[in-house]
Amino acid sequence: MNWVQHIGRQTIGRVAACGRAGVMLFGALFALPSFKNIPLTIRQLYVVGVQSLAIIIVSGVFIGMVMALQGYTILTDYGAEGSLGPMVALSLLRELGPVVTALLFAGRAGSALTAEIGLMKATEQLSSLEMMAVDPLRRVVAPRFWAGIIAMPMLAIIFSAVGILGGHLVGVDWLGVDAGSYWSIMQSTVDWDKDVINGVIKSLVFALVVTWIAIFKGYDSIPTSEGISQATTQTVVFSSLAVLGLDFVLTALMFGIE
Amino acid sequence: MDYLVDVNNMTFSRGDRLIYDGISMRVPKGKITAVMGPSGIGKTTLLKLIGGQLEPDHGDVTFAGESIHKMSRKALYKTRRRMSMLFQSGALFTDMSVYDNVAFPLREHTNLSESVIATVVALKLQSVGLRGAAKMMPSELSGGMARRAALARAIALDPDMIMYDEPFAGQDPISMGVLVKLIRELNDALNLTSIVVTHDVTEVLTIADYIYILADKRVIGEGTSQQIQDSDSELVQQFLQGKADGPVPFHYPAESLSSAFLGESD
Repeated sequence: MNWVQHIGRQTIGRVAACGRAGVMLFGALFALPSFKNIPLTIRQLYVVGVQSLAIIIVSGVFIGMVMALQGYTILTDYGAEGSLGPMVALSLLRELGPVVTALLFAGRAGSALTAEIGLMKATEQLSSLEMMAVDPLRRVVAPRFWAGIIAMPMLAIIFSAVGILGGHLVGVDWLGVDAGSYWSIMQSTVDWDKDVINGVIKSLVFALVVTWIAIFKGYDSIPTSEGISQATTQTVVFSSLAVLGLDFVLTALMFGIE
Repeated sequence: MDYLVDVNNMTFSRGDRLIYDGISMRVPKGKITAVMGPSGIGKTTLLKLIGGQLEPDHGDVTFAGESIHKMSRKALYKTRRRMSMLFQSGALFTDMSVYDNVAFPLREHTNLSESVIATVVALKLQSVGLRGAAKMMPSELSGGMARRAALARAIALDPDMIMYDEPFAGQDPISMGVLVKLIRELNDALNLTSIVVTHDVTEVLTIADYIYILADKRVIGEGTSQQIQDSDSELVQQFLQGKADGPVPFHYPAESLSSAFLGESD
């Protein structure tokens, strides 16, 4: 009977954690907005957004370059290297931009958020905020949450833009695809609502999920060195899986059979 | 006598583990009340129960006549402005300087101008002897200084009560002496009520006006420091004199040695 008990306990634990995560999200989203929080949010935007720029730009350029290289070798067999532009742009805007940005964001900013909040808990900073009659949800969680949601779509757009330039670098400047066809076929193929906006919507959803997981894992961590390291790992693993799973669902909804 | 905090027949458990079994204690206004007990007895938990961060299973905790656990969240936050807690680690915000740490509660809860805040912060830091360290970051402070800086932050809003969580733990004799002096002086000068949770017997006997000793989930002794020293309870005497064995056993409960080694069933 032991394993039945085990499954039961695990399930109850998971459900309870979901409940706590929901309560935390509610507290962070619906805490009375305060003007004092705006500078805090801007500071967090710097930490999670601006400081993630380097990794996002470098990855974007390389992914764009690799796609142009791979795409060129395949398309050229069919004499279709003119379609390189739309191929690079569509893959980036629809899939790679939002998804890879979310994965990188989870590794770069999400893990940092979890570790930071976990350590604040371990060093009793969260408790002391509460005892100073300052709600940690409003003061610590909410600014980080909003910063994540604002930063990630912007990072995804930057990722896609830089990737398209990287594709240009390899496809046009190196392999000799015609620059005019790279840009003009891209322009005529890419649809604003269907491709660009849907990519941004995806990235907003990923931002919500990744930031939520990162902050909750920190907030709910066991305040020991082991607990925090575990929470940080879980943040990266859970948010990566959630992003990939949700991406399939969103893609099916957005681009699926009509 | 007037009591600020009244813990009434409170029971609290963590998971399956019973921490407090119907304890009652009262904290007189304007005095220093010490709560002593062996480590692991849940002394910090007691402070969190008084501060409303944890809920008791049964019983009640009142602050200035109002039940902490029956008030609304808003009222609780309002009440917390009148109490303050000094955490064992100090719990300074590591991303802010000492000055900003002390200014933090003022900026959060008042609309004072920066120049007034600067004056208040300087005064509070002066009272703990750290005005010269205002620009330092918490990571640059020694343990004793961090605790004093946290104390300056704790009195920034002029609370009615301060709860000290193990203020003497891990301090060298000088910082210990400084902290003892500060706790006594602040209590008298600011007309505070203090609760000191600790297991440093000698320090407590010198500053506390009233002492509670906790062990085994309940209060095993209470009184002024003279009454405690004269107590005829074996448990209290073991604790005061630091005997290794006594009513609190040296061995954590286990099966007998012979059965553990020789595999004999008892």
